[in-house]
Amino acid sequence: MNIEQMIPILASTVAAATPLAYAAFGELVTERAGVLNLGVEGMMLVGAIAGFAVASQTGSLGLGFLAGTLAGVLLALIFATLTLSLQTNQVATGLALTLFGVGLSAFIGKSYVGLSLNGLHPMSISVLGQIPFLGPLLFHFDIVVYGSLALLFALQWFFTRSHWGLVVRAVGESPASAHAIGYPVIRIRYLAILFGGAMSGLAGAYLSLAITPMWVEGMTAGRGWIALALVVFATWKPMRVLLGAYLFGGVTILQFYGQGMGIHVPSEILSMLPYLVTIVVLVLISRNPKTILLNQPMSLGHSFYPHT
Amino acid sequence: MPNLERRAQPSTLMMFASPVIAAVCMLITGYLLFTLLGKAPLHAYWVFFIKPLTTAYGIGEWLLKATPLILCGLGLAIGFRASVFNIGAEGQLTMGAIAAGGVGLYFNGMDARWILPLMMLAGIAGGMVWAAIPAFLRTRFNTSEILVSLMLVYVAQLFLGFLVQGPWRDPDGFNFPQTKMFTEAEMLPLLMEGLRTNISFILALLLVAASWFYSHKMFAGFRMQVSGLAPAAARYAGFSEKRNVWLALLISGGMAGLAGMGEVAGPIGQLQPVISPGYGFAAIIVAYVGRLHPLGVLLASLLMSLLYLGGETAQMDLGLPSAVTGLFQGLLLFYLLAADIFINFRIKARKRPLEQIRTVAQVVPEEQS
Repeated sequence: MNIEQMIPILASTVAAATPLAYAAFGELVTERAGVLNLGVEGMMLVGAIAGFAVASQTGSLGLGFLAGTLAGVLLALIFATLTLSLQTNQVATGLALTLFGVGLSAFIGKSYVGLSLNGLHPMSISVLGQIPFLGPLLFHFDIVVYGSLALLFALQWFFTRSHWGLVVRAVGESPASAHAIGYPVIRIRYLAILFGGAMSGLAGAYLSLAITPMWVEGMTAGRGWIALALVVFATWKPMRVLLGAYLFGGVTILQFYGQGMGIHVPSEILSMLPYLVTIVVLVLISRNPKTILLNQPMSLGHSFYPHT
Repeated sequence: MPNLERRAQPSTLMMFASPVIAAVCMLITGYLLFTLLGKAPLHAYWVFFIKPLTTAYGIGEWLLKATPLILCGLGLAIGFRASVFNIGAEGQLTMGAIAAGGVGLYFNGMDARWILPLMMLAGIAGGMVWAAIPAFLRTRFNTSEILVSLMLVYVAQLFLGFLVQGPWRDPDGFNFPQTKMFTEAEMLPLLMEGLRTNISFILALLLVAASWFYSHKMFAGFRMQVSGLAPAAARYAGFSEKRNVWLALLISGGMAGLAGMGEVAGPIGQLQPVISPGYGFAAIIVAYVGRLHPLGVLLASLLMSLLYLGGETAQMDLGLPSAVTGLFQGLLLFYLLAADIFINFRIKARKRPLEQIRTVAQVVPEEQS
């Protein structure tokens, strides 16, 4: 295989990795604040249909992405209200959010099945794109892909260099202590959950507006769950989330290029790969209990209710 | 934010009332939704919840669809009691269907009495093997059973797709992705002529009793419950966490596998790319709405099965997408979780400042796990 053939493969790896990265970044922030939201898959699905519906009604992809993001925020708001204000169990509520999202998206999406629209195009960075090999490799993506890189640096800075980033981490490690020194734990957790919802919604919209510009019931196909696994795999560190997302993106597109690369395996078997790789990766990372214990936010999954 | 006060003791009344509250809230939302969609709400209610049950055939379908929900829900409830979150019942159901279907295809045409029990055992074994993977990974490598069991759902469904597209496809089936039909000897006997309900419903009822006995009368069930409610106490008492994980996953996997067998050897009668309309996931809702109690699971299954059935009649009579079923199911669980707050908390009127004087113990925030 020569370099010319590599470029489309690398490009579609990045495209497949981008929604995973966004959803996992969002969940990372939520989990760093001590909240486990298992509803990523549901929020992505609703983001996907909301984005597609608005984009095909208005003809504007920008509005589509906005709608997808907002839909994710709205679903996350339900989750936040239940788990933070009403003290419900986070695991059960997250599962409920996913089941609800699957149902809601299928319901709204019924009238959009079979439609298609003009998907998101790569940006043309005129001069840079002309550079041989590097041009098409680095400067030929859409704005959402570059956004994921910007988000990585923003998160990296936020969690290590900013005051409020440290506060979020404190809330995730010990909400009681954060509360005792006067930080609004519940409000911070609300914001972290809503941010997670926004990113999941955006990730869903990217699926239905850029990768395959149409709506198919259940089109996320477990990507929300893979994003959850990515956060564990990345030991709650933004940089590793992105690396993990590219790894999974590569595995995901293997099914499309597998036949061409001379791998004669039925497509169903190749499609199993992302799920199997997720399991293997989870095993590798959680094999050593210390890895998880040292990195996982201490209060992850536990609810907290301030009595004042 | 409501002003909540922790009850001294969980309220037993609310424990039983909250599923009812949740169902009523779901109905109210349904009323609004139907109005919003321009359907006469009362007529829509009738079509959704009453009409399916007005014929003997309808009642047969109701019990038929409740069967896999009962089987999966019972198993999941046992696991959830022990805080083992198997959410891959859909995959275990699929593997059970594949194993049972494989046995059926292998002995296809042989008219022997032992084929059906063998298919049943194969179904249970298929579900158990699939659930054993997360059990092994959790006990050996500490891997989250939530994510592993869920990932295996997709793997099982793709595997089924591969089998019916490829090696197991019916050679005389006009290239449709499905296997041969099973013969009479490979199908579960029907309860009544003219209905599709088969003996797996009776089996499910027996398992409701068995699972009540297991979780309320047997030491093994007690051990699992203690591990779920008070892990530290369970460790102190020397209850093995690993055994609980294995038991919870094997039981729920086996039950889901049996449900899968019941689908292919019952209403479907062959292997197809899709075996279940999400029974394994709906069973999660069933388990919670049924309060993780076998009798509750039975009632919740009947309600959820009615939602499936109602979705179908609503599609035919009202032109509503049948996906409205999933929407109602999701809402039901949300409302239940929200209503559950009244079990442990009560709403309190905001106090005037003078009354807010409290002892130190009340002021120190308490972290709960």
